[in-house]
Amino acid sequence: MIWFFLISGLFLGWSLGANDAANIFGTAVGSRMIRFKTAALIGSVFVILGAVISGAGAAHTLGKLGAVNALGGSFTVALAAALTVFWMTKLKLPVSTSQAIVGAIIGWNFFSHSPTDMNSLTKIVSTWVFCPALAALFAFILTHITKAHLKSTKIHLLEQDAYNRLALVLVGAFGAYSLGANNIANVMGVFVAATPFKDLQIFSITLSGTQILFFMGAIAIAVGIYTYSHKVMSTVGKDLFKLTPVTAFIVVLAESLVLYVFASKGLQNFLLSHNLPAFPLVPVSSSQAVIGAVIGVSLAKGGKGVNYGILGRISSGWVSTPIIAAVVSFVLLFFMQNVFLLQVYK
Amino acid sequence: MAVFFKRTKEIEGEIDEYLDCVIQAGLLFKQGIKHYLEGQQEDFERHMKQLDNLESQGDKLQHDIINKLYLHTLIPEARGDVLGILECMDTALNGTAETLHEFYVEIPEILPDLHKLYLDLADASVSALEHTVTATRAYFRDIKSVRDHVAKVAYYESEADKIADHIKKILFRKEIELSRKIHQRYFALHIEKISDFAEQVTDRLAVAAIKRSE
Repeated sequence: MIWFFLISGLFLGWSLGANDAANIFGTAVGSRMIRFKTAALIGSVFVILGAVISGAGAAHTLGKLGAVNALGGSFTVALAAALTVFWMTKLKLPVSTSQAIVGAIIGWNFFSHSPTDMNSLTKIVSTWVFCPALAALFAFILTHITKAHLKSTKIHLLEQDAYNRLALVLVGAFGAYSLGANNIANVMGVFVAATPFKDLQIFSITLSGTQILFFMGAIAIAVGIYTYSHKVMSTVGKDLFKLTPVTAFIVVLAESLVLYVFASKGLQNFLLSHNLPAFPLVPVSSSQAVIGAVIGVSLAKGGKGVNYGILGRISSGWVSTPIIAAVVSFVLLFFMQNVFLLQVYK
Repeated sequence: MAVFFKRTKEIEGEIDEYLDCVIQAGLLFKQGIKHYLEGQQEDFERHMKQLDNLESQGDKLQHDIINKLYLHTLIPEARGDVLGILECMDTALNGTAETLHEFYVEIPEILPDLHKLYLDLADASVSALEHTVTATRAYFRDIKSVRDHVAKVAYYESEADKIADHIKKILFRKEIELSRKIHQRYFALHIEKISDFAEQVTDRLAVAAIKRSE
């Protein structure tokens, strides 16, 4: 039965792998700098590592927003988020899994009469605004550094190409790790409070129940990468934003850094120990980080051709996605409880 | 990864070797013209054969470079430009070999008082070609200096034009048969063409350099 309940989360994971892996390897694969097989292998391995090793931080914040405490509830919340993403994507509306899951959890809070932690909600919503802005800032700085570096060094074009490929592989691995660490909360976060898994000892490594859950979610992401992301990568690489291999490296690095700073407990502890303001650990949208990074690169190159309209579309998604997801979640929970007699909260 | 960089180094070496071929072709061309004008037929033919060999070697290298760039999907953003540059460069390389061959086949009778001008013309055309090679090397390693070399090519190309015009003016004011005038003019045009080919390479280079600096 537990596998049935996990299906909605695993489906979310699959769609995340199918869509968001393109934000990391899209340009590299689309421009044939990296073969899809290589990208898929690196992406899958590092997504799993990121999810299992560093996935807890962002999931914890999501858990504080609303601890969905029954498997039936977790299933419905994840399903509501998945349906929202699916429906909005079909209508070509800007949508992010991170924002859909937050809306769905709030829907559960309303349904179960649980209070919504406003502190966590404010933290999460402010991060959505901050995420593309930070990605733009990172990309802006990285563009200037890369430009200065390329001007000062007289590397042969072919060597530069080889270094670029290596950099795209490394930054892709980092990006996949960060994606797993940050976005696993979207996929499996709602199942944490209701996880039925016990700790598992493999040789000297102990995996907690949550880590097993994350591992399964990450496998679903990896399946999404292998089965469907090739098509999305080709689209991202060729159609949406035509980036050169160098700018692709900058965009992916900026995006990965953003995902990492919003997922790394280690970085948070380091900043706090030095009395510096720390980044909240919150699942953010990799697609919006990419858009922010592309704008950052464009601004660094003089701001020509920046489509500011896209910022308006993103902002509208911050409001519409959670509201739609909350409504869908509330309605589905009602049906699950009253039609299918499923326990959706304790 | 070492294997990967080895492949890159290998193609880099082939590009350099190809450009060396073009430089050598220019020198052999100049020497060939000189020997022809001085009536040293044996030396002229030796240079012509050497130039033929260099041209074949250049063709082989060019095909090999392009094949490898496309086979291993290297420099995806720039390989179309590189292909265009190398093709234009090949036209210039072939131009040198073909011109010497024309001299060998048609044995034009160049008036002695025009010998110096023909040598100057060859010199200007080959200088344009040499700077094209420098500009191409700069395209691969030092994009900022491409512009300087392109300007030098433009200068030598215009010098070659002026010398060729001068030759034609002198020729068509001489009291000799029209056929001889046309024949000699035709060879001035052949030599001058080398600088035109060189300029065509730099036209492509200039655009490619702008695209890379964006």
